[in-house]
Amino acid sequence: MNQNTQIINSLPYAEPFLFVDELEEVTENGTSGTYTFRADADFYSGHFKDNPVTPGVILTECMAQIGVVCLGIFLMKDQENLSNYQVALSSTEVDFFLPVFPGEKVTVTSEKVYFRFQKLKCKVRMHNAEGKLICRGEISGMLRRHE
Amino acid sequence: METNKIIERLKTIVKPYVQNEQAFQDFGQDTDFIKDLEINSANLVDIVLDVEDEFDIAIDNDSMDNMMTVQDAVQIIKAKKQEA
Repeated sequence: MNQNTQIINSLPYAEPFLFVDELEEVTENGTSGTYTFRADADFYSGHFKDNPVTPGVILTECMAQIGVVCLGIFLMKDQENLSNYQVALSSTEVDFFLPVFPGEKVTVTSEKVYFRFQKLKCKVRMHNAEGKLICRGEISGMLRRHE
Repeated sequence: METNKIIERLKTIVKPYVQNEQAFQDFGQDTDFIKDLEINSANLVDIVLDVEDEFDIAIDNDSMDNMMTVQDAVQIIKAKKQEA
């Protein structure tokens, strides 16, 4: 199993809340990966009525999973057992430019701002299949030891 | 460096992250960042990074773990300044 598959398998998410299909690149400084929004996802029946558009919170979650959590797992790989830690989202500041419709494939890329005292802050961007910017922002998360 | 001057500079750094404004009015040596000012642990990291820049010091994990109050921060800053 290659490193990137191993990272995806270490993610603390499962269906229907896993928003990572593929990790293309992971380095000390950032990640890139893709996700295709399932056309039959439950939230499309209510967001919006008769007009399915992927909710911004879900786009943010997808950016956090690929851009921040996958990088965090990579950066912690030399540490003690990862299962001793819990991930917590600590802040998001995201601007949105284009809608994402059911079935669309997106690419997320992140760039580390800092990783200090178990806090990882990243600049994250999401592009669509045409390479156009969907959203971008800064997302931070903390790793906490289980009590 | 005088304690009062350090506290003044700390107060400026901490201000944007404070949740409890009432406690911030009484900002002093005994103020606890988490218990009194209700700052979350993620923002405490931002404060420590700002302190590093402001005072031109490096703060290690042990110092971070011991930085509960303003007084702790002042002592750490003074100690690191002396090392430098």
